[in-house]
Amino acid sequence: MTGHVLRRSGIPAPVERTRDFRGSALRLLKRLVPQRTLAISVVLLGMGGIAIGVIGPRILGHATDLLFNGVIGRELPAGLTKEQAVAAARARGDTAFADLLSGMNVVPGQGVDFAAVARTLALALGLYLLAAVLVWLQAQLLNITVQRTMVTLRAEVEDKLHRLPLSYFDSRQRGEVLSRVTNDIDNIQGSVSLTISQLLTSVLTVFAVLVMMLTISPLLALLTIVTVPLSLWVTRWITRRSQPLFVAQWRNTGRLAAHIEETYSGFTIVKTFGHREAAQRRFDELNDEVYRSSIGAQFFSGLVGPTTMFIGNLSYVAVAVVGGLQVASGQITLGSIQAFIQYVRQFNQPLSQVAGMYNTLQSGIASAERVFELLDADEQSPDPGPTLEISSGRVEFERVNFSYLPDTPVIDELSLVAEPGSTVAIVGPTGAGKTTCVNLLMRFYDVDSGRISIDGVDISTVSRQSVRASIGMVLQDTWLFGGTIYDNIAYGRPDASEPEVIAAAKAAHVDRFVHTLPDGYDTRVDDDGGAISAGEKQLITIARAVLARPKVLVLDEATSAVDTRTELLIQQAMAELRRDRTCFIIAHRLSTIRDADLILVMDAGRIIERGTHQELMSRHGRYWEMTQV
Amino acid sequence: MPHTDIPTDLDFHRPDTAAAGHDRQPAVCESSQMLWALLRQYVRPYRRLLAIVATLQVISTLASLYLPTVNAAIIDDGVAKGNTRRIVELGGVMLGVTGLQVACAIGAVFFGSRAAMGFGRDLRSAIFHHVTTFSAEETGRFGAPSLLTRTTNDVGQIQQLLQMTATILITAPIMSIGGILMALHQDAGLSWLLLVSVPVLALANFWIIAHLMPIFRRMQRVIDGINRVMRDQLSGIRVIRAFAREPVERSRFADANQALSNTALEAGRWQALMLPATTLVINVSSVALIWFGGLRIDAGQMQVGSLIAFLAYFMQILMAVLMATVLAVMFPRASVCAERISGVLSTRPQITSPADPVRPVSVAGEIVFDDAAFSYPGADRPVLQRVSLRVERGTTTAVVGSTGSGKSTLLAMICRFYDVTSGAVRIDGVDVRELDLEQLWSSIGLVPQRGYLFSGTIAENLRYGAAPGQDLTDEQLWEALRIAAADDFVAAHPDGLNRLVAQGGINFSGGQRQRLAIARAVIRRPAIYLFDDALSALDVHTDARVRAALREVSADATVLIVSQRISTVVEADQVVVIEGGRIVGMGTHESLLTYCRTYSEFAASQAITAGDPR
Repeated sequence: MTGHVLRRSGIPAPVERTRDFRGSALRLLKRLVPQRTLAISVVLLGMGGIAIGVIGPRILGHATDLLFNGVIGRELPAGLTKEQAVAAARARGDTAFADLLSGMNVVPGQGVDFAAVARTLALALGLYLLAAVLVWLQAQLLNITVQRTMVTLRAEVEDKLHRLPLSYFDSRQRGEVLSRVTNDIDNIQGSVSLTISQLLTSVLTVFAVLVMMLTISPLLALLTIVTVPLSLWVTRWITRRSQPLFVAQWRNTGRLAAHIEETYSGFTIVKTFGHREAAQRRFDELNDEVYRSSIGAQFFSGLVGPTTMFIGNLSYVAVAVVGGLQVASGQITLGSIQAFIQYVRQFNQPLSQVAGMYNTLQSGIASAERVFELLDADEQSPDPGPTLEISSGRVEFERVNFSYLPDTPVIDELSLVAEPGSTVAIVGPTGAGKTTCVNLLMRFYDVDSGRISIDGVDISTVSRQSVRASIGMVLQDTWLFGGTIYDNIAYGRPDASEPEVIAAAKAAHVDRFVHTLPDGYDTRVDDDGGAISAGEKQLITIARAVLARPKVLVLDEATSAVDTRTELLIQQAMAELRRDRTCFIIAHRLSTIRDADLILVMDAGRIIERGTHQELMSRHGRYWEMTQV
Repeated sequence: MPHTDIPTDLDFHRPDTAAAGHDRQPAVCESSQMLWALLRQYVRPYRRLLAIVATLQVISTLASLYLPTVNAAIIDDGVAKGNTRRIVELGGVMLGVTGLQVACAIGAVFFGSRAAMGFGRDLRSAIFHHVTTFSAEETGRFGAPSLLTRTTNDVGQIQQLLQMTATILITAPIMSIGGILMALHQDAGLSWLLLVSVPVLALANFWIIAHLMPIFRRMQRVIDGINRVMRDQLSGIRVIRAFAREPVERSRFADANQALSNTALEAGRWQALMLPATTLVINVSSVALIWFGGLRIDAGQMQVGSLIAFLAYFMQILMAVLMATVLAVMFPRASVCAERISGVLSTRPQITSPADPVRPVSVAGEIVFDDAAFSYPGADRPVLQRVSLRVERGTTTAVVGSTGSGKSTLLAMICRFYDVTSGAVRIDGVDVRELDLEQLWSSIGLVPQRGYLFSGTIAENLRYGAAPGQDLTDEQLWEALRIAAADDFVAAHPDGLNRLVAQGGINFSGGQRQRLAIARAVIRRPAIYLFDDALSALDVHTDARVRAALREVSADATVLIVSQRISTVVEADQVVVIEGGRIVGMGTHESLLTYCRTYSEFAASQAITAGDPR
């Protein structure tokens, strides 16, 4: 009910897109700080592994050079020195060949120096092995770092949930909060861990490769680097064109999903009111819209691959041609070109990977933003220390005022006294403030003005925990956790002994139906239904409250979901329990209220009538009206 | 899927029979077969598009494959011979080939995305249209959230697979086969190296993935577990705080958190292996290539340029193998989705219109239950037994009973949400199973226990109730609202009839939703009104007002009203008392008070009805 009040006031839903990409990204990174030794090792290992791996092609290139030298050298006459061979070629007029020769390390007459080749290859092999080990270690450590960060994040979020005021939950749809603590965190884990490792590797690779390329040939390196801004520009152009299409696709998909959900959920209404065709027509419309917006979005995002490949190929062509020319004129060796070509591929691959990562990263950061929003939400006021000690259980409301939203008062100058051991029944129409009284008594919300006291002690001056420990509560909404029936009853007081639990179960008539179940008390209560009916669940929650042996008992319309026969039984049990306790009952059943020591008729936050059943009936006032059938 | 507050259909007390969406898990090959069957059927209209995509991909890939050959020619014909002009010529050729490659690749993306998105659209449509023919039993079996996931997410996964398949499935084999052919063309003598490296790479990847898959499945279960704990805590937040059980909940959560972390670490250990293993195989192969290639070069069997080209092809082949493994990973996931979708598509609705329906000209509204019984399939306890009841036309009958007694099921039998398992339900003497479903429904005005509204305006929601072909004026809408005692709050708002209704009607209180649902049912002036405890959200005065207004309008109509409220029941022409699925009392209020114990207990425990429990 309170949820309705807050939601209907029109509090806006949160935005889906990232509002502050950089800020959230930085904050996410900062969460890695506690793992800094691990994080630094990851970076160092990564650098090492990639650096070594990048030298590989160079060494292989050197091996190729040795081969080429051998091939060319074998053609030349033996006994000459290289310079003589070059001069001879120039004298012949074969300047191109002479240029080529001058750049090579040739021994005329000698074939391939296999010893040198073997040494080179062995070195390459060793380095590759080392690089593989380093990269593997790095990936492992990165995974550990990410996992530890996620564990901490999840624990923090869950902890935060227990410190948030109830108004936070009442003002939001449960699905939305749930989505933040489950889907959003899962999304962070998935997208961020993926992108961090890829981003790291890509950045390191690009730099290492760049360095190697510069050592081979500055000209060729320049040619390759030119393609970087080109790819980035093209990728940005594509992203900018595809962004609005993606937004449209996401929006249309959302609308389609909403229509589907509505139709499926309300399917009895859809069918019996003959609306199946209309629903199908609308579906087809929306489905088509999704189709149209998604082909555009898919096309543009699919362009990233081919275009980056194209640009990569362009530099391949440039390197092949210009490099070939350079080798022919003796400026660099053939093996260097081979290495360079490999580097070009290694250079372009990370770039296209990073481009593809962008959307995943966006989505991950958006989720991170939502989670941070939750972590930043205002907490409930801190809890002062002293524990509440109840002796008799006299509850008093003194001129209490309260409203959920600033301009709509729900409780207005409410004053009442419940003597110890008495039963107070509160009746009234919806919105009269009955459930709110319970919320205030349990300190789920705090009063705006006035005070509530138990045994003369203002409950806002003692710890919430002790207030709640002294008050037993049975709600209209049965909530049982996924454990056994026994565990659920014992939830009321974990240190209770088994006889006590069974006694509570008997008092709430749980014991009887438990014995008809095959597993008895060990039957698991499935949160979504299962073997136990709604009425039986209600009985278990009552047993739970009974076990807690509170001095003050609050029953919020608890018996309305139980069938009349069982309800009569509970009422008998409750009458027993009520003997030494102060009891507040918010209910609608005449039989429950008739026996109360005091009946309060509420309307619009005020008590308009009070007295016993006989007194109120004789008064022919509002209470009398309500009982007239 | 997060839990929503929208109620689903009539609230039946369902026993847990093979339900909760836990279908039996088919074998792996069965689900792949289902995937293939689905793909084959729905890809059919896009055959031509995909053929174009395939052709373009072939050209594009061949172009990519041709580049290293041209490069080899540059080295062998140009560099080695010092022929610079040749180098530049061949450079031009490379440029041309590159241009061709990108043009074809872009074309493939264009047509490929059309095909994949079209496939998705068609499959979604097929599922939706099929699900809307379901009867209550099928919908209940799957559950609305599961059906939603199957219609949206699962289709998306298969769509993604198709898109990747359109690119990779064509590219990868061409790359590998083409690469192999080109490599052999360069130098056949080194080809044995391919026979070693490619299987090693494929096997290494396969071995890692084979270990990863069960871990991923386990991780999904653990994630579901942790989400369940979270959902629990959110829905029970009041109880947790009331009993001060935060420490207990924290430790429950910490356990689940730790379990997730451990599984993720295990997955990470295997995933960390993939990249180093792959690059190592590739690099070691390169080293071997150069060694053995060198031997052949020295023996004059091979050119240096060829070796360089061979290296490039080698890379491409291994890359293609890697791509294929990626596909192999996507396949099982998509198979699971295919199996879920096939599960829906292969379900035939139990309750359909008969082939040759009886079409009465008009419906008077006499309802007869003739020894009707009903149990859920597979349940041993029947929900209704030996129910014999006659509701005369134009009368009001109240049905009372405790929760789970079978009251709502009675109404469901009339609407044919479920069919009786024995006996019959007749309207005007005709068995409901022989009537045309649409006609049956158009003569019934159903108001279920929880008012379900659709997103739109109030006017749209009301028009929803119109009989087929009925055109409604605003006056008629207001009239319906007046009867349902809903005109006060609708008029109070500035937008009036055009006021927006949020999804599920959550921007209205329970009582207001109920009244709008009543107005919706009233609008069509049906022959039979069915109220499933629909007035429970109203306070007693409004309840009486609505029923008085209804009596005026529905003088000739039959009203069947399930209620817990004695004030409603008292005024009915006939009261039926149901207990444990049987009728234990039938008659007027006064007579039942005398001879029916259940009824007198019910009357005694009655509510002070001042209020709206919701």
